[in-house]
Amino acid sequence: MAYKISDLKTDYQSDWCPGCGDFGILNAIMSALVDLQLDLNKVVLVSGIGCSGKTPHYINTSGIHTLHGRDIPFASGIKLANPELTVIVTGGDGNTYGIGAGHFLNAGRRNIDITCLVFNNGVYGLTKGQASPTLKLGMKTKSLPLPNINEAINPLVVAISCGYTFVARSYAYDVKHLKEIIKQAILHKGLSLVDILQPCPSYNDIHTKEYFEEVVNNSKRIYKLEETGYDGEVKDPNNNEEIQQKLLQAIAKSQEWGEKIPIGVFYKINLPTLTDRLKERYKKDINPSKDNIEQNGKPTTDISKLIEEIEVKRYIRG
Amino acid sequence: MKKVNNFTWLIGGPQGSGVDSSANTFAKTCASIGLYIFGKREYHSNIKGAHSYYPITVSDKPVRSHTDSIDILATFEKETLSLHKENVVENGIIIFDKDYNVDLNPNKYTLVPLPFNDIIKEAAVKFQREKDYSKLQIMRNVITVAASLSILNLDVEYLIKTLESVFIGRRSKLLEINIFAANLTYEYIKSNSFNKKSIYELRPTENNENLVLTSGTTATAIGKIAGGCRFQTYYPITPASDESEYLEAHPEYGVVVVQTEDEIAAICMAIGASLAGVRASTSTSGPGFSLMAEAQGWAGINEVPVVIFNYQRGGPSTGLPTRHEQGDLEFALYAGHSEFPRIVLSPGDIEESFYLAIESFNLAEKYQLPVIFLSDKAIANSIQTVKSFNLSNVKIERGKMLSDQDLLTLLEKEGRYKRFKITEDGISPRISLGQGIFWNTGDEHDEFGHICEESNNRTIMFDKRMRKMNTIIKELDVSLKYRMYGPENADYTLIGWGSVKGPILDTLEELNKYYKVNFLQIILLKPFPSEEILSLIKNSKMLIGIEMNYSGQLCNLIRKETGIKINKRILKWNGRSFSREEIFKGVIDAINLDQEKIICKSGI
Ligand SMILES: Cc1ncc(C[n+]2csc(CCOP(=O)(O)OP(=O)(O)O)c2C)c(N)n1
Ligand code: SF4
Ligand SMILES: [Mg+2]
Repeated sequence: MAYKISDLKTDYQSDWCPGCGDFGILNAIMSALVDLQLDLNKVVLVSGIGCSGKTPHYINTSGIHTLHGRDIPFASGIKLANPELTVIVTGGDGNTYGIGAGHFLNAGRRNIDITCLVFNNGVYGLTKGQASPTLKLGMKTKSLPLPNINEAINPLVVAISCGYTFVARSYAYDVKHLKEIIKQAILHKGLSLVDILQPCPSYNDIHTKEYFEEVVNNSKRIYKLEETGYDGEVKDPNNNEEIQQKLLQAIAKSQEWGEKIPIGVFYKINLPTLTDRLKERYKKDINPSKDNIEQNGKPTTDISKLIEEIEVKRYIRG
Repeated sequence: MKKVNNFTWLIGGPQGSGVDSSANTFAKTCASIGLYIFGKREYHSNIKGAHSYYPITVSDKPVRSHTDSIDILATFEKETLSLHKENVVENGIIIFDKDYNVDLNPNKYTLVPLPFNDIIKEAAVKFQREKDYSKLQIMRNVITVAASLSILNLDVEYLIKTLESVFIGRRSKLLEINIFAANLTYEYIKSNSFNKKSIYELRPTENNENLVLTSGTTATAIGKIAGGCRFQTYYPITPASDESEYLEAHPEYGVVVVQTEDEIAAICMAIGASLAGVRASTSTSGPGFSLMAEAQGWAGINEVPVVIFNYQRGGPSTGLPTRHEQGDLEFALYAGHSEFPRIVLSPGDIEESFYLAIESFNLAEKYQLPVIFLSDKAIANSIQTVKSFNLSNVKIERGKMLSDQDLLTLLEKEGRYKRFKITEDGISPRISLGQGIFWNTGDEHDEFGHICEESNNRTIMFDKRMRKMNTIIKELDVSLKYRMYGPENADYTLIGWGSVKGPILDTLEELNKYYKVNFLQIILLKPFPSEEILSLIKNSKMLIGIEMNYSGQLCNLIRKETGIKINKRILKWNGRSFSREEIFKGVIDAINLDQEKIICKSGI
């Protein structure tokens, strides 16, 4: 029987601030799951630390709330150990682009088949509003005593340049759009990033709902790439020219910020995932969780060949 | 009279020049005639050029340690001569390049100047490889080994057998020329009667014990495979990476090996894999282990089985990156903030590494916690002939891991699955991701795994986890806690952990000619078997702690856990593992001198 949103809710009480963008993201994740009807026993949400990190507790699938910045490595271990699982990461911008930046980057090199949803609110919410790596130089949110002294990173460019094969941005209060993007990201075979613009009414008074939805030059500041004819998908992954063109297009598009802010899929390509590469290396499907390592308490692995390699061979002359 | 089958041979040379492979060839050949081997690899944190050396101790009885004194010094470079000649015994043999101008006393040593260049030239001409002359310099290794073995009067056939087992695959085209060089060397030694001058000899024995010749990292890696470890992460670091690389080189066993971006990712990925039901581990050394502190606490509070192999080396910081130390004990006991259940244990040698590696996964799963396997450089990088590994007594125990059927039954009975169900022994039924739904969090949690800051829950949940430490002490077999060697009721008890076991056991018999001495090797360091250890040591006339660190960390732990102060400590922190002679003299001094600390300094 199909499950509904109400089936996905846990009895764990949410403690986000009223009006927080995280509610929109939570709804979008649950709606995406309802649309996809994935086996809930096989879905794992992995989060970092932050307001965003609490998300898994609100959803009735397994939820692993990890360490600050380390959600991607946890998720990678889970996926490699059992590739049948659908693994979705929910991290904050400080979590993923700051303290966890090394993992964020290196996951790209692996193209591991997991989905990273980053709750990008420009601040460190849970520690009361310090500047996050996506807050631009000179900005002073109400939580900051002085304007931000650092330049921001552009997570989309970083993701595109280090190997993410699905790079998108969406917006927490456009639950429908976000849900569709999350669905695509989950269904995508490979590593996906969905950077989610997430208003934090408590600390970020610059990137508010009003800001994102403000009408500038007759249309909303936030606009959808797919409505402009933009197509970020590489149709032929063997065509280097197409790849180059789509990469450059995505990078150029991701620079757009200010009067207009694009959301949608910036870049997408189908390439072998880490699990595919492992399959090639091991010459079989690799699912360590299915390996039977014991029978009646005895080890089943035959190590005689390994012992043979190091065994002392006696030479008797003659 | 010749000394047969008992000596220490040492080869030295610049890093990257083949010292290791020479030592392995020599060791393998001696083992092939039924002898026991212990070899210690000593090298600089450098890739090419710096001095490295490798003593091989050969014996007709099992041997577990190196000696400071050298019977046969073999080298093709000057630095080795100047650094090591002081340690060569009287009438010992020194093999060196005859083109070097060296100042060695011919009345003290048997000098064997070798015409390396002539032999290499002749081989080059014979195989029409004159233009490869500089490449062929690598044959200095085989020449050195051949000279050593022919001086020891061992038939060249034995060496050739070894060469045939070494020059295989891609290298097999080099076999012929190496055999040729070996034969030339043998002829040279015989025609100059150097073998007659030698006081040492090798003679094939009847011994046919089933042995393997292997290193600590290899033994541990094979143990992991046998024990069902199927997920291993690492970030490159000496001396731990060899173990991961071994696993990586054997994909047919299906161990997924991930070279991560750092050690934080390494431990977190391993924990993740474990959550999916896979036996998982990570291997590292001090600097990496330091980075893993926070995640160990996460595994502790979430009761996740994961095994962390820490091959200790000289610290702090990068310290002595390729040298030996047992300096991480106190850190391993407490790494991470606050308190959480964990097991810390330490193998004493290569053989124990194999079995204890398997057992570590059993313990991790039975008690659902991180297990820290504290090995060290002296175990990792040494080679030894040990009894071939045997799985007939090995068990795989996965503890309260529920099958799908178990889970169904539980759900019927209890309605919902509680990952952290409060139980008497502190251990809750465990399921894997994919089997059913549960939560984990680094925050304090309720029985379901949801964040819970409620004060009563905190009191109960903390206690539930920590209770497992008592369960462990109650349930664990004594062979996993400690081992006692030597006479019962000795007057003097030596106490140590990890690789000090080898040199201590190798001197125990000799010491007992003078005093009644036994040796207590502690394996389980956390939870500490306080009662048992207390009853073992409380009546001893004198306790002597022996440790490869500055302050005697195990001694301090024993004081804390049993109240007994160990008044004598034999300590060393110069990066070079204890030699047999040092232990012997150290114990004699500890017994006789009114001195709390005996500081050892041997090694180059
Ligand atoms: C190692 C470590 N350092 C610092 C913290 C404190 N801390 C908790 S949440 C947080 C920032 C969270 O910001 P972000 O990732 O953007 O998540 P948000 O709360 O904005 O969703 C920090 C620094 C921590 N938990 N762990
Ligand atoms: S601090 Fe900001 S991000 Fe955190 S719950 Fe409140 S509004 Fe949301
Ligand atoms: Mg944030």
